[in-house]
Amino acid sequence: MSWAPATPAERDAMLAVIGVKTMDDLFAAVPQHLRAKSWNLPAGISEMAVRDEMTKLAARNASSLTSFVGGGAYDHYIPAAVDALTSRSEFYTAYTPYQPECAQGTLQSIYEYQSAICRLTNMEFANASLYDGGTAVFEATTMSVRLTGRSKIVLHDSLSPIYRQMLVTHTAHLELDLVDGDDPTDAACVIVQNPSFLGTVADYTALADRCHAAGALLVVSFYPISLGMVKSPGEMGADICIAEGQSLGVPLAFGGPWLGVMATRKDHVRKMPGRIAAETADAQGRRGFVLTLQAREQHIRREKAMSNICSNEALCALRAMIYMALLGKEGLRDVARHCHAKAEYLKSIITFATILNNGPTFNEFAIRLSKNAEVVVAGMAARGFLAGIPLAPLGAGAETDLLIAVTERRTRADLDAFAKALEEVSCS
Amino acid sequence: MSQYPNNCKYTKEHEWIRADGAAYVVGITSFAAEQLGDVTYVDLPKPGKEVKQGDSTAAVESVKAASDIYAPAGGRVSAVNDALADAPEIVNQSPFDDGWFFKLENVNAADLDSLMDADAYEKYVGAQH
Amino acid sequence: MQLIYEKSVQGRRAITLDPLDVPDASLPRELCREKAAELPEVAEIDVIRHFTNLSRRNFGVDSHFYPLGSCTMKYNPKIAEAVAALPGFGQLHPQLSSSEAYWPLCQGAFELLYETEKWLAEIAGMKQTCLQPIAGAHGELAGTLLIAAYHRERGHAHKDTILIPDSAHGTNPASAAIAGFKVVEVPSHEDGTMRLDSVKAAMTENIAGLMMTCPNTHGLFEPVVAEIAEYLHQHDALLYYDGANLNAIIGKARPGDLGFDVMHYNLHKTFATPHGMGGPGSGPVGVGERLEKFLPGPRVVKRGETFALEMPEKSIGRLSQFFGNFGMAVRAYAYMRHLGKDGLREVGENAVLNANYIFARLKDAYTPAFDLPFMHECIFTAAPEAKKGVRALDIAKALLDYGYHAPTVYFPLTVKESIMIEPTETESRETLDAFCDAMLEIAKKIETDPDSFHDAPTTTPVGRLDEVRAARQLNCACL
Repeated sequence: MSWAPATPAERDAMLAVIGVKTMDDLFAAVPQHLRAKSWNLPAGISEMAVRDEMTKLAARNASSLTSFVGGGAYDHYIPAAVDALTSRSEFYTAYTPYQPECAQGTLQSIYEYQSAICRLTNMEFANASLYDGGTAVFEATTMSVRLTGRSKIVLHDSLSPIYRQMLVTHTAHLELDLVDGDDPTDAACVIVQNPSFLGTVADYTALADRCHAAGALLVVSFYPISLGMVKSPGEMGADICIAEGQSLGVPLAFGGPWLGVMATRKDHVRKMPGRIAAETADAQGRRGFVLTLQAREQHIRREKAMSNICSNEALCALRAMIYMALLGKEGLRDVARHCHAKAEYLKSIITFATILNNGPTFNEFAIRLSKNAEVVVAGMAARGFLAGIPLAPLGAGAETDLLIAVTERRTRADLDAFAKALEEVSCS
Repeated sequence: MSQYPNNCKYTKEHEWIRADGAAYVVGITSFAAEQLGDVTYVDLPKPGKEVKQGDSTAAVESVKAASDIYAPAGGRVSAVNDALADAPEIVNQSPFDDGWFFKLENVNAADLDSLMDADAYEKYVGAQH
Repeated sequence: MQLIYEKSVQGRRAITLDPLDVPDASLPRELCREKAAELPEVAEIDVIRHFTNLSRRNFGVDSHFYPLGSCTMKYNPKIAEAVAALPGFGQLHPQLSSSEAYWPLCQGAFELLYETEKWLAEIAGMKQTCLQPIAGAHGELAGTLLIAAYHRERGHAHKDTILIPDSAHGTNPASAAIAGFKVVEVPSHEDGTMRLDSVKAAMTENIAGLMMTCPNTHGLFEPVVAEIAEYLHQHDALLYYDGANLNAIIGKARPGDLGFDVMHYNLHKTFATPHGMGGPGSGPVGVGERLEKFLPGPRVVKRGETFALEMPEKSIGRLSQFFGNFGMAVRAYAYMRHLGKDGLREVGENAVLNANYIFARLKDAYTPAFDLPFMHECIFTAAPEAKKGVRALDIAKALLDYGYHAPTVYFPLTVKESIMIEPTETESRETLDAFCDAMLEIAKKIETDPDSFHDAPTTTPVGRLDEVRAARQLNCACL
């Protein structure tokens, strides 16, 4: 099995041009005693057999249940045009746009993506994307340290427990002081998430003011779809805003590939990590786009670079851009409105459990059941529902607590059936 | 006669420093500016900042390179060249005059002794490149 | 080309939703944004035309030969795309992994992760691998964090310095710095390889490890790699393998057998997952026995016939939200499964064959950067051409007019006017010949008409762009 076109006869002819006799002669530089000591792999199988095997594996995963699972990634509808366009191989088989003359498709799409993110967040500069929402928290942290020269990082209780764990791992040896709370005194930044991990929406304008008075930055991790309705990080006075961009037309795919969104103020752009596209022109005055501010990146700055990041999730950013273009100004507002209204409706018919949020929510909320949430979700799965995320295993609630997310894909009939089933399973 | 101004002292990192009244003024040499190519951005310190000799005090970027600018001598930053914010190309056009970076006061005069004069710097550049 | 924002017409729509079937609701006013975000207002056909036309302004592997040294731009098989899009993979919510109650519902995904990690481990001679790192540089960070964890557990916090060859990718020192290490550069010998003496000269009790690629970024197999490994281990330092060039030796040699303790793989290079214009990639980390217990987690383990998640004993923690770029693991697994034992071995052979074929055809017209035999890529220096006024960049731009993506130029930093050509195994002899013909024609033109190069490329949608203006004006968004 092979994707290499060379036939045995061609190989021999090429070896003759090179001036060696056998393929093994090409590996003369690899001493015999250093050759592979084991190569215990199964034999190859045909494409047909690969498809069958993979289809069977995929079928052992629950992807067709009615989902109320969120927690940072959401089951939004992805318009067909997103897949149609991003499956064009001129996009997905291209490399990083280091030769801008033959990568204008990539570069202009990144520029348009950056523009959309700025418009969505009311910020001035966005980068071409980072790995994901969790590593974006880390990058925002080190960016805040660079901007302020301080080492205290304040983590607000709204922040996802998964993002927290990732931040601890990534900063293990950076001599930063990670503390809980919302006191910006002597801090590089306060990091909040809006809506919170449990779904509560808040206005952090006053916190932004307190941060600025203390010489600290406000970092807001946001949920892109919520910005069809919710006050934006820019309007609140955030200095850096970041997001998991999955909700913008990117498949759930068991956790990735997704994209990390990052935007900031003009004053801070030179300390922002990641690729950035900028508009310019050629000698004839034709508009074109290039990667800019590369001098702060790893391939030039090496150990003094802003970050070690050497890629962006360009294809995912393209998906996000196409998604935002297809929805447009009104469409994003509609999706947000549907998510919110349906979640509110579901809340209103879940009369048998306590809502745990201490404020308004967007499309996700936490409830306390009368039974262990893991037992309940197992029972709900048997009835065709992914009922939400039990919070105890994430360290984000009691054993009876469940996090429920609602997207525009759920119909009133779904919600009614879900509430009924949940009552039966949790109250029996 | 050196091609570099005789009234300056020079570092191995291609900064120059010269007396300017009671203070000293600092910039990068024409050699450094050429090596960088078209300068696109200069990051300047806040006036009042105390620096020691060799501290990274400013930074300069071109399309293809970025360099830290080290303080040739210890002292306190008393002024910075704000004109570079809007017109970083001045660094290329006039590295020894209009393209200065920052001024230092309370300079530790002993630090200056360790620096090269124009002739020594010219030899240094010649030997390096 | 116009921006999509410039095509916006007030009131135009592409996607609309059904009428709301529940009572409308709104948040308190103070929590709402003042104005809707100014996203483009366009019809679906507008979006389709716009992005289809943008795609035509790109070179991809499917449309153009892409001999980018160090990037391994091989063909991306379509079956891998097809299986990654299966609903059971593409639409699976990763939070199902956070509760044991849901584990029975994601056994297929767990098995895929488990098997992919096992295949990768055997391919490189590692004890275990972990798919969490999202990109190559993220894998480097994982590896250097593991090195740090190892020394700290042994009470050797003074081991705070990593050695890195001068030919290394810039991500190596940048990643090591984030893992808290100081970086000391080790010079390469003039023949392009690393010498044990230079490692010895840099050795102190503070050295935690050395990061290498093999073949190195000069395309050369490191002849004393095993001796370097042994020497480092004698000094309680670990050897890191940057998997950037694994394509050269796959099936022939394994980093674990060479003495490497920890490594990252690039699924987007060696395992044919598409580069996607610069990402998503995937950079799994692999470890030998010493580092196994520190691996990121949670990770998939097999208990009898079912798969479950566990946190390694002394895990460095969570590096990605769930399992890294799972979609890339699906593609890589399909790739490995199809090739199997023999097909994977041929990958390395054909990659080295193709690079040496190009080298044989070009070595008299261009100046080889090194005398030792190249593996999967060959490097020339355009220093002689530069003296005639034609720099490596000019040659790169001229190739665009011949319909080829340019090779890598100006990397590695150790070679002046470097031109680095990596054809990969999936290119046919005809393609290689046509590319070599173009290179030879360019070589002749450098002699006869060096001035003609400065306008290249002329056949692309735009000519050379003013990067200085871009950096000074910094117009990075249309607002």
